[in-house]
Amino acid sequence: MFDAAHLAPPRPARRFRAATEEPAALRRGLIGLVFVLLAVLLFAPLVTVFGEALSQGAGAALTALAEPEAHAAIRLTLLVTALSVPLTAVFGLAAGWAIARFDFPGKAVLITLIDLPFSVSPVVAGLCLVLLFGANTTLGDWLVGQGMPVVFALPGIVLATVFVTFPFVAREILPVMVEQGRAEEEAALTLGASGWRMFFTVTLPNIRWALLYGVLLATARAMGEFGAVAVVSGKIRGVTATVPIAIEMLYNEYLTVAAFSLAALLASLALVTLALKTALEWRHADALSANRRA
Amino acid sequence: MHIEIDEIAKTFGRTAALQPVSLSIPSGALVALLGPSGSGKTTLLRILGGLEFPESGRVLFDGHDATGLTVQERRAGFVFQNYALFRHMTVFENIAYGLKARPRALRPEKEEIARRVTKLLELIRLPEIGGRYPAQLSGGQRQRVALARALAIEPRMLLLDEPFGALDAKVRKELRHGLREIHDTTGLTTIFVTHDQEEAMELADLVVVMSMGRIEQVGRPADLRARPASAFVREFLTA
Repeated sequence: MFDAAHLAPPRPARRFRAATEEPAALRRGLIGLVFVLLAVLLFAPLVTVFGEALSQGAGAALTALAEPEAHAAIRLTLLVTALSVPLTAVFGLAAGWAIARFDFPGKAVLITLIDLPFSVSPVVAGLCLVLLFGANTTLGDWLVGQGMPVVFALPGIVLATVFVTFPFVAREILPVMVEQGRAEEEAALTLGASGWRMFFTVTLPNIRWALLYGVLLATARAMGEFGAVAVVSGKIRGVTATVPIAIEMLYNEYLTVAAFSLAALLASLALVTLALKTALEWRHADALSANRRA
Repeated sequence: MHIEIDEIAKTFGRTAALQPVSLSIPSGALVALLGPSGSGKTTLLRILGGLEFPESGRVLFDGHDATGLTVQERRAGFVFQNYALFRHMTVFENIAYGLKARPRALRPEKEEIARRVTKLLELIRLPEIGGRYPAQLSGGQRQRVALARALAIEPRMLLLDEPFGALDAKVRKELRHGLREIHDTTGLTTIFVTHDQEEAMELADLVVVMSMGRIEQVGRPADLRARPASAFVREFLTA
């Protein structure tokens, strides 16, 4: 009986395919589709932006960037980014810390609220700020009386930008903090470290790459934010127009070269951020991997 | 240091982690808190170290009330379950951390810190590994580094949470002797948490058997074996 297998004629070798392996044609088709989509949706627009900017030569593009209005827009965008990204980082750290380290009522609600800026349209966020701080509200009136107008001024733009970029830092550091747990922090305390010392020597070094990654993403978003800022800034030319808003205004006035020169500048900044982000991912893959698991 | 635990109770939410428990630990003893998971042994250890605070009851160190002392003021050398070594620091920096964290007036000079770290590395018989990172160490080496880091602060007592839990059987045996040696050299009151009765019985002077937040029995290993106070103790010790 047991010899049956031996007596049976040898079967022809069969090719086996792993359960997760797709046929070659399907694989190539899917990869090809992704590349086509990337080319149409990402690469082509980028080429167009730089092409339009340089359509009348690099000189014309540079002249457009040197215009006082363009200058003002670039300065404002850099200022807003410089103010809002540190605020986002601090709020993100505070939120990440609170959620990862403590149990408190309303924790689930807070986690949901952190994601709110991702799901709420930036325009709505901007409108809310206008309704809260606008000229026809008590708070807005009082602030204007104090010489501190929020709407149609820098504070409003910064607030709108912080709102929109808020989730980036919190979302990046939260999974890392949860995964690392509190043992190392407790160890620091038992060794006599104060709370601040523990934070700067143990907590922060452990989340530094995730934090930097979140800050980079927030920076890119802060520079490019349009919707919320468009509503609260009032689009005052040369005063409250950030780069994205200046681009829209120039484009509407058929100043194509000027509009696309600014757009190319903005795209370049985004590309630099992306390059930094990639370098970071490449060098510190393990420190960041906690994100991907979450 | 003589440790007195006086009617300590602790609840997490609605579950009682510790019914009021009392325990007296003589100075210089090597004590095992033995029990299944959920028996409250780790909670008791963390209360001693100042990482948790009891709802009621007192902790006395050498007769002085230490219940309100912060974790830093306790000066307890704590070895965590998975050692909690600082992963971004070298072994040297890990061991030196507690000395560097001292207020300026009490902080030793840089050379003195280096001297003490070197001495501790010799004590744990790993003199060569100061420059390595925790990720480059074996489980047994990590445990010994965690021990050295805890000893560096010149602690008043040594508290260890499942110090052998993450190790394989062979290393476990070796390190038991290591801990015994270090205890005998330093003379520190040492309390370790374990769920392994063999480990507790072999290593400890005094075994505290815990279950469901209560202390079932306290005694020397031989006494526990000879006269288990309850069916639980008898069953747990023969398991």
